[in-house]
Amino acid sequence: MSTITRRQALGVAAVAAAGIAAAAPAAARAVRTPDAAPAAAAAGPAAFDEVFEGRRIKGGPSHGGAHHGGHHGGGYAVHIDGEELHVMRNADGTWISVINHYEPLATPRAVARAAVRELKGAPLVPLTLV
Amino acid sequence: MTVRKNQALLTAAEKKRFVDAVLELKRNGQYDTFVTTHNAFIMGDTDTGDRVGHRSPSFLPWHRRFLIQFEQALQAVDPAVALPYWDWTADRTARSSLWAPDFLGGTGRTRDGQVMDGPFARSANRWAVTVRVDGRDFLRRDLGAGGRQLPTRAEVDTVLAMSTYDTAPWNSSSEGFRNHLEGWRGVNLHNRVHVWVGGQMATGVSPNDPVFWLHHAFIDKLWADWQARHPDSTYLPAAGTPNVVDLNDTMRPWNDVTPADMLDHTKHYTFDTAA
Repeated sequence: MSTITRRQALGVAAVAAAGIAAAAPAAARAVRTPDAAPAAAAAGPAAFDEVFEGRRIKGGPSHGGAHHGGHHGGGYAVHIDGEELHVMRNADGTWISVINHYEPLATPRAVARAAVRELKGAPLVPLTLV
Repeated sequence: MTVRKNQALLTAAEKKRFVDAVLELKRNGQYDTFVTTHNAFIMGDTDTGDRVGHRSPSFLPWHRRFLIQFEQALQAVDPAVALPYWDWTADRTARSSLWAPDFLGGTGRTRDGQVMDGPFARSANRWAVTVRVDGRDFLRRDLGAGGRQLPTRAEVDTVLAMSTYDTAPWNSSSEGFRNHLEGWRGVNLHNRVHVWVGGQMATGVSPNDPVFWLHHAFIDKLWADWQARHPDSTYLPAAGTPNVVDLNDTMRPWNDVTPADMLDHTKHYTFDTAA
């Protein structure tokens, strides 16, 4: 377990925030325009934590061991009411989840919100890989 | 010999035998193993890592092998059954006979998306969704939600015209026939149909909806149609590609079948129209 200083943490957050600010427009374009710059994939999206339609959705960098093996959010995890939502980043920087697997969205937050709308109040089943 | 027919041309007796065989696989537990396998690959296949079932060149031969295995399981129940295919460019509304109560049943109700008619409705008590990503155990659909449209024949033809099977980097950002058919780029064919159906079909556990097999049987037929149009084109990549199944590499989970083994569908089945 690494210990990081507040300064380092703030630095990471600032870089992440700058990254998402730069990446979000490109990623949003990428949903509709396949030729949009793949550079969006290089930046990490910012963490988020909010209540959306009555559900607590959180997203942020994940560190090995805190989650089940085998998910491929590129070191980024999303939770809905504490249960992990399997998410995946596409090569063009867009995101999908196991709930909306065939429709890329611009950010992990958009993926989490789409999952909440789709769930209509139902609980997520804990992530399993066979 | 197995002949895969357009679902719109099935007789009432053929529909009933297909449905009954699917229900028997559900009852004896085999059906859910297919759902589990599919979801494991959906979650495991990534653009930057190992990828076999999806977002990669082997999307087409992997699903061809997967469908053959499912069809063989159906035929172990009833040897007369073959997988039908759904040409969603022709039968493109929720009013299609595909969605009638004597076949797959219709769209879900507004409140919770629950399919309320047909043999796969929860109330018929023969189709509980057990391999699932949320707490609901009933089949859900939202056909054409939000005014979404299925792909047109013209859109399919633009993809069939692409002469290169697949291109580096062999993933969801590739040019070429495979990725445009899969739908991560361009007009979006296969992915869009999953989204149009909605419910479990939009998730990693999409085989929970029996329409999964009819959708993929048509995607598989489009691969055969593409081969007929481009006899000088073949599967790519040929060899030596990290994380990707080359022509003569074996595919998980079977480990005894290669894309090369899957190129000629006529060893396993034919279609009701010339490919």
